[in-house]
Amino acid sequence: MWEYTNKVQQHFMQPQNVGEIEEPSGTGDVGSLACGDALKLTIKVDENDIIVDAKFKTFGCASAIASSSVLTELIKGMSVDEAAKVTNEDIAEALGGLPKEKMHCSVMGREALEAAIADYRGVILPMAQGEVVCECFGVTDLEVVRAIQESGLRSVEEITNFTKAGGGCGKCEDRLRDILQQTVEGLSKKSTPVKEQRMTTLQKIKKIEQVLEREIRPTLKKDGGDIELVDVDGDFVTVSLRGACAGCHSSRTTLKEYVEKKLREQVVDSLIVEEEK
Amino acid sequence: MNCGSDKVIYMDNNATTRIAPEVLEVMMPFLQDCYGNPSSMHTFGGQVGQVVEQARAQIAELLGADPEEIVFTSCGTESDSTAILSALQSQPEHRHIVTTRVEHPAVKNLCETLDMLTGHKHRVTRLMVDADGTLDMDAYQEALTEDTAIVSVMWANNETGVLFPVEEMAAMAKDRGILFHSDAVQAVGKIPINMQENQIDFLSLSGHKLHAPKGVGVLYVRKGTPFFPFLHGGHQENGRRGGTENVASIVGLGRACQLAGEMMDEENTRVRALRDKLEKGLLASIPKSILNGHVENRLPNTSNISFEYVEGEAILLHMNQHGICASSGSACTSGSLEPSHVLRAMGVPFTAAHGSIRFSLSIYNTEEEVDFVLEKMPRIIADLREMSPFWEG
Repeated sequence: MWEYTNKVQQHFMQPQNVGEIEEPSGTGDVGSLACGDALKLTIKVDENDIIVDAKFKTFGCASAIASSSVLTELIKGMSVDEAAKVTNEDIAEALGGLPKEKMHCSVMGREALEAAIADYRGVILPMAQGEVVCECFGVTDLEVVRAIQESGLRSVEEITNFTKAGGGCGKCEDRLRDILQQTVEGLSKKSTPVKEQRMTTLQKIKKIEQVLEREIRPTLKKDGGDIELVDVDGDFVTVSLRGACAGCHSSRTTLKEYVEKKLREQVVDSLIVEEEK
Repeated sequence: MNCGSDKVIYMDNNATTRIAPEVLEVMMPFLQDCYGNPSSMHTFGGQVGQVVEQARAQIAELLGADPEEIVFTSCGTESDSTAILSALQSQPEHRHIVTTRVEHPAVKNLCETLDMLTGHKHRVTRLMVDADGTLDMDAYQEALTEDTAIVSVMWANNETGVLFPVEEMAAMAKDRGILFHSDAVQAVGKIPINMQENQIDFLSLSGHKLHAPKGVGVLYVRKGTPFFPFLHGGHQENGRRGGTENVASIVGLGRACQLAGEMMDEENTRVRALRDKLEKGLLASIPKSILNGHVENRLPNTSNISFEYVEGEAILLHMNQHGICASSGSACTSGSLEPSHVLRAMGVPFTAAHGSIRFSLSIYNTEEEVDFVLEKMPRIIADLREMSPFWEG
C-alpha cells in the first residue's frame, strides 16, 4: 500500500474541477490507456491572458487524479506566463509530496499543462519534437533530459519514476544511462559550480527537504526510522533521527555514509550533516 | 494494534486468509508452555516432535499422500525453489525447463535467475495461454524434450483462479521421464487433490492461504524422487530441510488441512454460490465489465473482473473507504508500470487490464457482505468513469 499524504487523499476522494470546459481556450491531452494513465486538461483564458477556469478528466491511480485536481487549483487565476513556469515539483509539493514511484503522475500534470498552453498559443510543443527513447510509454529524449536537469535525477530508476521511460520492456535502459551520463556531465561542466555558489540558504533548505522527502525518508522508513531537518547553517545541516533510527547503534553510520553522502551528491558537496544533540 | 478486522469485508483470500479460530487454538500451547525443541532427547522436547508428526499425517491425509512425502518449509516460495533447484541438481546434464507465462513470481522470477543461481545457462520454455487463460496442450507436448529437467506448472492461477490440467500434464511428462512440479498454493484446500491418483513429483503449498499462519509451507516430494535440500543444516525433516521446525505453525497447518478437508464441500457449494452471485451481479449492474478467465474451469472462490476505462488502484482505494478488501492487476498497485503479466498473457486489452479487480472469497464470507459489495460497486465505477477521459457515457 502506498503512503499517500492527507492532501493526496483529499484531492483523490474529493477531486476539484472535474470535467471538460466547453469551447476551451486550450486543451492538453497526454498519456494513453496503454500507459495506465491519461489526462485531458482544458483551460479558459480571458482577454488579459489570465486562466479563469481549468477542468480535468483523468484515467489513472489516486496520485494521477490528485495531481490533476491540485493542478487545476494551482493554475486558476494565474496568467498564462506564470502557469507556463509551473513544474512537476510544484505539483508534487502542493500535494505535500508523492511516493517516488508516483512522481510521473506530477510530470503528467505538467505535460498536460504545457500542451494546453501550447494549444492556446497555437505553437507546437517543443518536447514532442524530441526523439522517442522509450517506445513503451512514448517518452522523448528531451523529456528525459529535462527531468534529469530539473529534478536532479541520478539513476535510471529515478528516470523511470519520474518519466516512466524504461518501465516497460526495459530495452531503452542503456540509452537512458547514456543520456543520464551526458546530461549530468553537461550540468557539472556548465551550470552546477555557478549554481552551487549562488544557492541561497533558502534554496538549500528547499533542496535538502526534497532529497530527504524523495529518497532518504522512504529508505529509513523501510527500517522503521525517520528523519527531520532541524537547521541549516551554511554547510552545517542538523537533523534529528526518529523512530527506530533514534538510539540505533548504527545511526552514526547511517548519518554519515548514507544521509550525508546523498545530500552531498544532490545538493552541495561540502555539506556536513550532524545529529541534533 | 487495532487493525479493525471486525469492520472489513475481506474478499482478498488469494492474498492471505484469516487464521481459523480452531487453528489458533491448537497452536497456542506451542507458543506458550510447550516450547521444547522436537529434536531434543528429553520428553519435554520429544513430545513436541510427536505433534509435528501428527500434523504431517493430517496434511498427508488431505493430499492423499504418505506422511514421509511431506517436507515442511517456511513458505510456498521456498517450496517452489526447493523443487526446481533440486530437479536441476539431480540432473546436471539437463538444462531445459518448461513452465507457463502466468506463473506466480515465486516460479517466474526464479526461472529468470536460474543462470545466476546455478552458474549454468538454462533454456526456459514459457507456455502461452489463450484468452480464457487455458494452456495449449499441443504446444506443451512439443515443448518436452530430451533435455527437459523439470516442468513447473501451477495448479490454479492466483489472479484468475483458472485451473490447469496438471495431472494430465504430469502423466505426459512422466512418459518422457521428466520430473513435474506444481505450485498448488491456491488449489490446496479449495479443490480435492489426491496424490495417489496422479504422477506429480513435487507439489508446493502454503499455510496462510488456507487459514493457517504465514511462515509455514510444505513441499510434497513423491517417494523415490531424487532430492537435494535447499537449506542445508541439521538433520530435521530427515535431512531434507535444515532448520528448527516452526512447531506452532506446523501444528496449525495440520489442523487447517483437516478443516479444509471437512469444509471442501462448503467451499464448492456455498462459497461458489456466493462468488457466482457476486460475479453475476457485478457483470449485470456495471456496463463494460468483463470476466477474466475461464467461466467454468476455475477455483470456486475467485472472480477477476475488469471494469473498462478506469484504473484499479483508484477502484481499490474507493472500495477501501467502505472497508472492502480486494486486489487489482493494475500497474499502479504493483509498483511496476506494467499491468499484470497474467492478464497480458491472456491478451486482455489495456483498456481492461488496468481496471481489473480480483475478488477472492472464503468460508467466512456471508451473503450480506456480497450484497453490500454489489450495492457499493456500481457507484464507485460510475464515479471514476465520470472522471475518465475515455468514458463516453
